[in-house]
Amino acid sequence: MAKTLDKRIIGDFTAAGVDFVTSVPCKQLAGTIEVLDQTPAITHVPSNKEDEGMGLCAGAYMGGMRPAIFMQNTALGVVVNTLATLIQFYQIPLPMLISYRGEVGEPVACQVEMALHTKAILNQLHIPTYHFHTLADVEELPGILAHTQMCKKPVAILTDASFWRAAT
Amino acid sequence: MIRNDVLKTLLPIIRDELVVCNIGAPSQELHALDDQPTNFYMLGTMGLSSSIGFGLALAQDKPVISIDGDGSILTNMATLSTIANNPRDNFILLIIDNGSYGSTGDQPTYAGRKTSLAAVATACGCDHVVEVDAAQTAAAVKAALEARKMTIIVSKCDSGNVQVPVIDRNPIVIRERFMEAVKA
Repeated sequence: MAKTLDKRIIGDFTAAGVDFVTSVPCKQLAGTIEVLDQTPAITHVPSNKEDEGMGLCAGAYMGGMRPAIFMQNTALGVVVNTLATLIQFYQIPLPMLISYRGEVGEPVACQVEMALHTKAILNQLHIPTYHFHTLADVEELPGILAHTQMCKKPVAILTDASFWRAAT
Repeated sequence: MIRNDVLKTLLPIIRDELVVCNIGAPSQELHALDDQPTNFYMLGTMGLSSSIGFGLALAQDKPVISIDGDGSILTNMATLSTIANNPRDNFILLIIDNGSYGSTGDQPTYAGRKTSLAAVATACGCDHVVEVDAAQTAAAVKAALEARKMTIIVSKCDSGNVQVPVIDRNPIVIRERFMEAVKA
């Protein structure tokens, strides 16, 4: 069931002109994905894998849309090549709303393994990275989305369990 | 006929259309044969020609032809289900199926053995899938453009490459030039 926070996040995306979103689901993102499908201003095309999704986003961008991808941090294990050779090499602005699994509050031990690598991978790729840990952190989202378009880079918004647990 | 021969037959049909071309030899050969601002050359990222082209078709109404290869489709095969379930009649996926990884030394792919990409595309739910011999490829692309029906074309041809230079254009120049052509 979508919460006020989910609606606010999607509202920030539409206000920033984002009109194309691809997603690979995560439990933490279920509410935002639900709102996506109720938002006529956004074309939502689910993808099977996140590198495929980034291909869709690159094409949508070249067709005049403003794309974003919603995915889990485990996907960073999939998309390193695509980020470097497509999104960064061709300078495509791409906000990545990422559920940051494996942080405090995580019930699944295996998720911690990729959490350990998440920021290291993003740092290695020189990707601007923002970590939403408390509810107030969401205030930064409009600025981050504008920043993404300005610098034409992939930008990571990590959203952890504490952030989502505080949602109403 | 090898891929370069197929591309030659396509030139009069695709010259003014939006084309997203697969990494490596396919892009290099197309670039050498007939460089056009309506061509988007992939310089990296194996497997995503289909997805990039499909994203472009979703975003605007002009016809888009993704030229892909059998090896690249095998790398990103699940995208056929994305394409099938979100059909766009301005999208044509042309799979040049030469049964080999052409850019890396013509190692055989499974599509050259038991796997039928046409059957895979059909099983994924693509409604219009045609498999043609290399010599019929241009006619199939022309027919798909005229029908304005989303079509997956599997063109069976021989493996082999021609010697052409790598593309040394700046990727941002390629992208910006292509985006101008999309808007024109």
